[in-house]
Amino acid sequence: MTSPIVGTFYRQPSPDAAPFVEVGSRVRKGQVICIIEAMKLMNEIEAEIDAEVVEIVVANGQPVEFGEALFLLRPLA
Amino acid sequence: MFRKILIANRGEIALRVILACKELGIRTVAVHSTADTDALHVKFADEDVCIGPPASRESYLNISAVLSAAEITGAEAIHPGYGFLSENAHFAEVCREVGLTFIGPPPEVIRRMGDKAEAIRTVRHAGVPTIPGSGGLLEDEEQSRQIAERIGYPVLIKAAAGGGGRGMRVVEDAADLPRQLEAASSEAMIAFGVPDVYMEKYLGQPRHIEIQVLGDTHGNLLHLFERECSIQRRHQKLVEESPSTALDAELRARMTGAALASAAAVGYVNAGTVEFLLDVTGEFYFIEMNTRIQVEHPVTEMVTGIDLIKEQIRVAAGEPISFGQEDLKIQGHAIECRINAEDPDTFVPSPGKIRTFHVPGGPGIRVDTASYAEAVIPPYYDSMIAKVIAHGNTRGEAILRMRRGLESFVVEGIKTNVKLQQRILTDEDFVRGRLSTRFMDRFPVPVRKGQE
Repeated sequence: MTSPIVGTFYRQPSPDAAPFVEVGSRVRKGQVICIIEAMKLMNEIEAEIDAEVVEIVVANGQPVEFGEALFLLRPLA
Repeated sequence: MFRKILIANRGEIALRVILACKELGIRTVAVHSTADTDALHVKFADEDVCIGPPASRESYLNISAVLSAAEITGAEAIHPGYGFLSENAHFAEVCREVGLTFIGPPPEVIRRMGDKAEAIRTVRHAGVPTIPGSGGLLEDEEQSRQIAERIGYPVLIKAAAGGGGRGMRVVEDAADLPRQLEAASSEAMIAFGVPDVYMEKYLGQPRHIEIQVLGDTHGNLLHLFERECSIQRRHQKLVEESPSTALDAELRARMTGAALASAAAVGYVNAGTVEFLLDVTGEFYFIEMNTRIQVEHPVTEMVTGIDLIKEQIRVAAGEPISFGQEDLKIQGHAIECRINAEDPDTFVPSPGKIRTFHVPGGPGIRVDTASYAEAVIPPYYDSMIAKVIAHGNTRGEAILRMRRGLESFVVEGIKTNVKLQQRILTDEDFVRGRLSTRFMDRFPVPVRKGQE
């Protein structure tokens, strides 16, 4: 799954909250999977498909560009 | 001075700004769409950020994406180039709000000069001549007749909702007025849905003369002489030159004076261009001001020896302009030809992969380009792939050098307008300096077989 916007990638909604997903988590289409912060706005990024998280490609707090790989997802039937 | 600048543009101008930053020791951030991943401006910048898919609206015009890219890279200033966001007052305002320096004039100035009617009112108030006109919509034949008498025939009746040269009718004399008024109004209704028309003085064979100006935040405002850009096709410039064969010292003094008055009227800062139309009678009229660096800026750089991009950056960093008006003089003559990726006969854009790319060199030739062999010219943006600028001690020498340059410019894999440029450079009227905005009328698009 690639980034739809430019910004800073966060795994959790706030510094002391739990991450949205871990490796092995299952997500439904439309579920918030991460935050990308851009210009002080926290954009909630949703999973595009029902899937299992295979890998979290970028590190927490890493700047990301449009189209950058964020997660490897295995689609669930 | 800035430590890092983000260039919110693509193609040759993005590369131009990036290389100027290198000379100034400033780090650069290139932004690009997915279609420009292998673009030269991306390769030469210190950092690059992909900001969106190919469509301009979602990438180069995407303000939040551009600003996010500045945020994550720590850029302090943004150079907008030309086109795209360069004259977007809202963008300039948002930059200011978030603490980024927009390299250009203040948002209020962009907005004021961006509104064509407001710009004309502003400069007229400063004593600058503008095209005599009705100043409003035509109401009836009697009022129209009086306005035409005041302006003086021939006059032009224009559709208020028109533009780009459409919906206009020339009226040669008073006897012709009623018929043309009627026709213009119904044509306007059919073409634009609104029958409203207004009137302007008709300039038969005007010449497009523009003056480069430069202001800083220390109270300095100066001009860098003129460029003539009369050779245009459908309002797209093809060839520009400096100085203009139409200007003698006296006319130049009057026109540069009017340009400075226009810029001073809005407290202009940074680089800008004031455009005029010069009538055969020797009268000139302000038409608009472009509040950005222009495509044809190299022509001015070649005759003055000034690097306009570096001056833009210095001014934006709060430094004074690095020279005075008295230091400037026109040295020799420069001509620029825009090279577009298009079919030379039909003018249809010709995107695709460049197989061979050999740029001309030698004395007095400068090429500004972001194209290269094996580069793919994407279909999403404008078709200009290079600018060839020739400088000589005289206009004649500049013309000879340009012809030599065009002849040795090899581009294979896509079609270009090089042959059209060669035709222009060997045209007798061009060589004699007999130019007007009607020049390209003699280079019509050939009718294709079967279309007669």
